[in-house]
Amino acid sequence: MRLRPIRVVPGSAAIVAVMAVAVVFAFLAFTLSAKAKPDSDEARYLNPREMVLSPDGHRLYVMCEGSDEVRIVDASSGKVLQVVAVGHMPRGISLSPDGRQIYVANSWVDTLSVIDASSLKVVRTLATGFEPNSVVSDREGKTLYVANRLSSDISVIDLESGQETKRLLAGRGASYLALSADGKLLYCTHVYPRIGAHRTPPESEVTVIDTDRQRVIERKPLHNVGGVFHIALSADGKLGVAPQLRPKNLVPLAHVEHGWAFGDSLALFGEDVGGGVVQVPIDELDRYFAMPYAVAITPDKSKLYVSSSGADSITVIDIPKMLSYVHAASGPIANDLSASANYVVTRIPVGRNPKGLLLSGDGKRLYVANRLDDSISVIDTNNDVVVSSIDLGGKQDMTPLRRGERIFYTARFAFQGQFSCANCHIDATFDGLQWDLEPDGFGVDIVDNRSIEDLSGTEPFKWNGGNPNMATECGPRTEKYFYRSQSYNSAELADLVSYVMALPLRPNRYRLPAGELTPAQERGKAIFERKTNKFGKAIAESNQCAYCHSGPKYTNQKLADVGTGKKTDRSPLVDVPQLTNVAYSGPYLHDGSARSMEEIWTIFNPKDTHGFTNDLTKDELNDLIEYLRTL
Amino acid sequence: MKRAWALLLFVLMSVAAYAATPDMPRFRFENFTTANGLPDNHVFTVLVDGDRVWAGTENGLALYEAGKWKVFTTADGLAHRAVLSLALDKSTGDLWVGTMGGLSHISAGRIDTYTQLNSGLSNDVVYGVGVQGDYVWTATAAGASRLNTRTGEWSLYNERNAPMGEIWAYAVSTGADKVYYAVWGGGVLEYTLATGRWKDYTDPDGENELVLFKDQGLIHKITTSVSYVDKVLWVATYFGDSHYDGRSWHNFMVKDSGLPSNFTNQVKGLDATRAWFCTDKGLAYYDGVNWAVYRPSLTNGKPEMYVRDAAGAITPIVVETAPAHNYVLAVDLQGDDIWVATAKGLSHGIRQK
Repeated sequence: MRLRPIRVVPGSAAIVAVMAVAVVFAFLAFTLSAKAKPDSDEARYLNPREMVLSPDGHRLYVMCEGSDEVRIVDASSGKVLQVVAVGHMPRGISLSPDGRQIYVANSWVDTLSVIDASSLKVVRTLATGFEPNSVVSDREGKTLYVANRLSSDISVIDLESGQETKRLLAGRGASYLALSADGKLLYCTHVYPRIGAHRTPPESEVTVIDTDRQRVIERKPLHNVGGVFHIALSADGKLGVAPQLRPKNLVPLAHVEHGWAFGDSLALFGEDVGGGVVQVPIDELDRYFAMPYAVAITPDKSKLYVSSSGADSITVIDIPKMLSYVHAASGPIANDLSASANYVVTRIPVGRNPKGLLLSGDGKRLYVANRLDDSISVIDTNNDVVVSSIDLGGKQDMTPLRRGERIFYTARFAFQGQFSCANCHIDATFDGLQWDLEPDGFGVDIVDNRSIEDLSGTEPFKWNGGNPNMATECGPRTEKYFYRSQSYNSAELADLVSYVMALPLRPNRYRLPAGELTPAQERGKAIFERKTNKFGKAIAESNQCAYCHSGPKYTNQKLADVGTGKKTDRSPLVDVPQLTNVAYSGPYLHDGSARSMEEIWTIFNPKDTHGFTNDLTKDELNDLIEYLRTL
Repeated sequence: MKRAWALLLFVLMSVAAYAATPDMPRFRFENFTTANGLPDNHVFTVLVDGDRVWAGTENGLALYEAGKWKVFTTADGLAHRAVLSLALDKSTGDLWVGTMGGLSHISAGRIDTYTQLNSGLSNDVVYGVGVQGDYVWTATAAGASRLNTRTGEWSLYNERNAPMGEIWAYAVSTGADKVYYAVWGGGVLEYTLATGRWKDYTDPDGENELVLFKDQGLIHKITTSVSYVDKVLWVATYFGDSHYDGRSWHNFMVKDSGLPSNFTNQVKGLDATRAWFCTDKGLAYYDGVNWAVYRPSLTNGKPEMYVRDAAGAITPIVVETAPAHNYVLAVDLQGDDIWVATAKGLSHGIRQK
């Protein structure tokens, strides 16, 4: 067969060229869009975090934080029946009272996915506050309550209209909710302590909401408490339990050998313990059970289970013994690590980074979500042993990032298993605390904990800029000084560094959807970038905001003396911090002495050494802050 | 016999007078001072929240609940001891407290404080506060501030972005569609939510401080209080009071109304026609036609009430109690009862008829 020669007509070369370019663009577009989509199920780690059980007990709904989905699992066979895609970074899951709907809080996109439990399809998407972390329906199934971690409040959503009807003020980092058995009260806990006076013990709270009036009616104070995680109520409503961290951030971290880093404990409240809150330790004198996360109380109130997510185990507590000990105690017992021997029954080893706990309706089975194993441990609560494990699927081969993530969340490298990276960087963020890290005396060189998102290009690390790279930051400094161990090998350190440096930036909620700025933000941007003051005089380059806070992360990666050093600081020079997502990481300045962004300039910049700002009016300063919140 | 006839005549006249007297609210006043639980007798403001009553005094914030007073001070986290203004978020039950040293937010016992140093608040002297949805509006010594409670954004309004010739904002009243400010020396400012625009109401000719002809406009631009209800604006000044329905002004002065004084600290509109006026010479009520005044006598301090009808006829009413003092700073309603903040105590007016 003879091929017909292509006849070239005038101008056809151009057409061919255009078509070729179009094909290339189409190919590129296809390739990019394919990359932009989430990896396939098999290619992603699941990171199961929370679970709920269908009313008939046949199906487990497992919320997978890493793969943005809910996996439906046959509770008997352990087989994954179906996968439902939800929003990005889901953190909370719950059922409607009739079990017909599944609610999922999508923390990075500020939405709820409502899944029809029959069709297993997302039937509605509802708006929430900033970073919804958990969701609970009222008993009537008419109202949803959503704990918003970044906006530190609770959204009240009318289910019929789908509209948020009000916001209730919670504590900082509102994250976990639990409804009382009678449905009258809703309890909320918080992962960050309140921003209080500088160098004072951390304070948190349990926020109590009257669901009839939809109002906060009480705030149970939690003294000396930083992060608080899940919360559970006994079936009779007489006992409330919340796992929590007691940071010892006011004394130098050099005293790890004295147990002065973190205490892992429970906050108890309710009729069973009298009127107030009683804190009881779950650690032992020479062994810690780091990052207590979830709690489950058996229906008969005989036992409670706590997942220690940094210790890869479940702590089992005899409730009557614990209450007897509490009632017999003559004073506070939160720091008495010998106390736990009186009520801790056993520790059950499970998978890596155990998070959510779920008791079956009859209390005979306890399900444990092993976040970094992509599995579920099933525990027979009669004998308190793991009787089976459910493999949820997901990516099977190990990557450096996965290995690094496991190192980040485990406390096994620390002396006596006291803490992990995730203790101070809760869910890979920060803890809202200021630490006395160095062994240079009490109260010397206080440093505010910084966010660790999107760190590439922000070196050096530490507030004094002493660590040129993450390997130095995470390596000898962390393992030898913080952890008081020499446990990492070079491969493990490389994995950890890979993981930390890959932590993404959370979405900024202050930018308008299309990225444009509001008028106030525009005015603030002009102030941030200005080179002359309001009197027309030039501002020294080193005193312009955008000089030090330059580049894509808003840091020139150098040291600067901005006049905020204290007498207790060994050097006035501080690392210029990146400003990405600066809105979320208060308090501010190297030592956290500025409780708000305003105080950086209204209190701590009297001589215009931290930028030329004293010519600004109050509304101009507000504009500057509005702009900074968009970075 | 003559005495009997005279007595009969007096009774008949009294009955006749009584029959002709407009039926105005009568109260039995129970007064609270430092002697029975108030932290200070100088009560700047009062706010009713159901069964609870909040009183802002010169020396702390007091909560009356179940027959007892509980006092909040700076030791509890209150911004300043002198509490000037209060506003209730009816949606959440949270209380916003304007003080001489900042704005405090009380939520289920927790007190968070905003100042000009730690927040975007324009000035620490917060004369007025109002809640409107997710926004908290404040009237301060340096203009108006608006806090978006969902995002934390502060918006300030002053001479640079609003028709605020003076920035001494004295009071704020919020409605579903508009927000009104009483600006001391600057008249009334109106903010329309739909447009985000300001409009000012000052003396009609723009040259004098006061209205030259009755009902031509705002009575005086030294305003002390605004109350926006049923799309009607009530305005208090130190020189009389005004009523504005969006088209027409109606002004009240001692000489042409039942006001006991032109010096009015606060006006609280009940609806488009009825309002309470807190003056330096007693508490006045206007039902749209008639007036009633409640006070201790200015001459002998004895309880006093009188009614002025539409024709201007004044009828004394025999009463056994009166508000704690004639210098009245604020009122709030609790059903049919009234709570009255005065310079010398807080009074609970229990409705008798």
